[in-house]
Amino acid sequence: MDLERRRFLRGAAGAVTTAAAAVAAPVNEAAAFGPREPKTLPPKAVGMLYDSTLCVGCKACVSACKQANGMPAEQPASLAAWNEGTWDAAEDISGKTLNVIRVYQNGTMAEKDREQDGYAFVKRHCLHCVDPSCISVCPVSAMRKDPVTGIVTHNPDACIGCRYCVYGCPFNVPQYQFDEPFGRISKCQFCNHLQAQGKLPACCDVCPTGASLFGLVEDLQAEAERRLAAQPGTLYEFPRGKLGGGRPGHEAPIGHYQPHLYGEKEAGGTQVRYLTGVPHEKLGLPKLPDHSYAAVSEGMQHTLYKGMIAPLALFGGLVFLARRSSKTHRDEDPARSTDEEDASS
Amino acid sequence: MSETAPRPLGGPIVTKPFAILGVFLLIGGYFILRRFLFGMADVSNMSNGYPIGTWVVLDVVIGTAFGCGGFAMALLVYIFNRNVYHPLMRPALLGGVFGYTLAGLAVMIDLGRYWNAFNLLMPWYAQINSVIFEVALCVMAYITVLWIEFWPAFLERMPVAIKQRFNLHKLQVFLRRYMYVFIGLGVLLPTMHQSSLGSVLLIMGSKLSPLWYTQWLPLLYLISALTMGYGVVMLESTLVQRSFKLPSEAALLAKLSRVAAGLLVLFLAVRFGDLLARGQLGRAFAGDRYSVLFLIETALFAAPVLILASRRRCANMRLRFLATISLLAAGSLYRMNGYLLAIDPGNGWTYFPSAPELMITVGVVCLEIMLYLIFVKTLPVLPGSIAEASGRPS
Repeated sequence: MDLERRRFLRGAAGAVTTAAAAVAAPVNEAAAFGPREPKTLPPKAVGMLYDSTLCVGCKACVSACKQANGMPAEQPASLAAWNEGTWDAAEDISGKTLNVIRVYQNGTMAEKDREQDGYAFVKRHCLHCVDPSCISVCPVSAMRKDPVTGIVTHNPDACIGCRYCVYGCPFNVPQYQFDEPFGRISKCQFCNHLQAQGKLPACCDVCPTGASLFGLVEDLQAEAERRLAAQPGTLYEFPRGKLGGGRPGHEAPIGHYQPHLYGEKEAGGTQVRYLTGVPHEKLGLPKLPDHSYAAVSEGMQHTLYKGMIAPLALFGGLVFLARRSSKTHRDEDPARSTDEEDASS
Repeated sequence: MSETAPRPLGGPIVTKPFAILGVFLLIGGYFILRRFLFGMADVSNMSNGYPIGTWVVLDVVIGTAFGCGGFAMALLVYIFNRNVYHPLMRPALLGGVFGYTLAGLAVMIDLGRYWNAFNLLMPWYAQINSVIFEVALCVMAYITVLWIEFWPAFLERMPVAIKQRFNLHKLQVFLRRYMYVFIGLGVLLPTMHQSSLGSVLLIMGSKLSPLWYTQWLPLLYLISALTMGYGVVMLESTLVQRSFKLPSEAALLAKLSRVAAGLLVLFLAVRFGDLLARGQLGRAFAGDRYSVLFLIETALFAAPVLILASRRRCANMRLRFLATISLLAAGSLYRMNGYLLAIDPGNGWTYFPSAPELMITVGVVCLEIMLYLIFVKTLPVLPGSIAEASGRPS
């Protein structure tokens, strides 16, 4: 017993040293836990400014999106039989709907863009994060961010369908087609096939009021700040289609905006900006911190697996200890040593 | 204490319990077929709000923790050089072999684009920042290591003629000589992927309740995997000893249960220390759904510590068994909470698994138990048995 105890203590000492080598780094790091460096906006990042106060809820963008991306019409179960199923009435983005207009309703709904007794529209689609969670979690690089335009695209040929992009996206954007035997992930890719032909993303192209406005993120940011700075109710020339694209705009009074420009800093920043008359939480735009969770997760991984040093050190220690143990075990295990002789004879 | 060498148990394979398990396997198989023919929505309640359902949480996140017996025992026997526990090593390893292998199979049911699964091994698709990528590769490697570690059991049972024909005795000698390398891997790999199962949740951010979301997730998942590993060894040993009337390992299990209790104390210390440091402990008593889940979970973690704190209660088989069940339930609930119950994706999404969805998991678990029974009856896994007394040729 005494012998065994001593041997145990010796083993334990070795193991503790090994463990210390491997654990010391992450523990130190965790005390002053460092997320990975935040990512910055790509040089020619394109994006969208969605102005909820301009949106009239016509859903032309939803229809155009379906056409441009070859997505089928979708109805809630209660409307499935209506008009032979040709009427598209998606309630939210899904495996078959890449963008959607949702409505906020309160009380008598007397006035647009008012929180109490009012209503408001909001558009749901990918925000093309600066530091996207979907890219960080994807094990097979199916999600990619264009280094120039910053558009987040999805490659179904790489995708294994693990759905961690769906799970991890703070905006619940990527959607898997659960009702298909060979389903795929659907998400807005900002009509990058149309942009390649010099066209606008379908939703911004058809928007009659310029509520969905395409452009460079920097320009859109400046435009949004101009609108926020202007006196509510004063007349303002709102552009349509593409910011600075030369299409005729239209004159309308400036809305009563919430002071918060949503999408600028959320989750480490995105390439979409939301101007709303109703607080964004009421419109299903979640309250998020200014950092990306991808930076938190990757900070942890990069600390633990930096140069694979900690795992290799741990492995070395483990093999050393296991080797010594298995030697001593063999000596005192009669069944094993006879086997050994039997095997080597 | 038994120092007898492992032996096959013998006896008929198809018994009544085996047949009942088989029925559940067939039911599960029927729904698996439906899943592949008609898509996941046909059998599962998973949605784009809750895209990770019971298949991943029960079969992989909890299932692999139940498969950590081999990992936990190897740490004790080989790394801390506690050879007294050696009789528990091989059955623990077998539990790990099936726990992990079937978790791997269950993933194939869950993957939405399973035909692309091999992309995980293609270097040009590799995404090294992804925690899931680390988990996937590490689990695959560990399944391989587990089978290699278990391989001597096959070799010992193989007729000498076959061994000579295929020169397998050389393999046997090789494995015996270099087994320590695989033992090292067999401890390293679970350390990596069990902690990563915690890191996976770091991406959830505000979707996961602050009672669970912490930088210490990797450490907490690692400790809980070890406690569950010891728990499974104790559970399995007690059940097998009773049903096959094997020599009792009571003294050994009493000792082992105290190791588990020590780890539970460590877990609770990290858990509460972190909550205090982040100033989130108040949420535990907020009275909402999350606080109730947290309190149940904590009670399940604390109960075994209280039971096992005294040596006298440790020696009591009934109490020890109770503590084991509580410990396993605690670890399972902790994982279930982090991945599912404490997640709120917003926009009114809810999730409760459908019956067919659960039947697939039940089927997979039944397959696991059936294979375990076949293996312990035909291969030298468990220490000396009644089969030995009845003079069964080995």
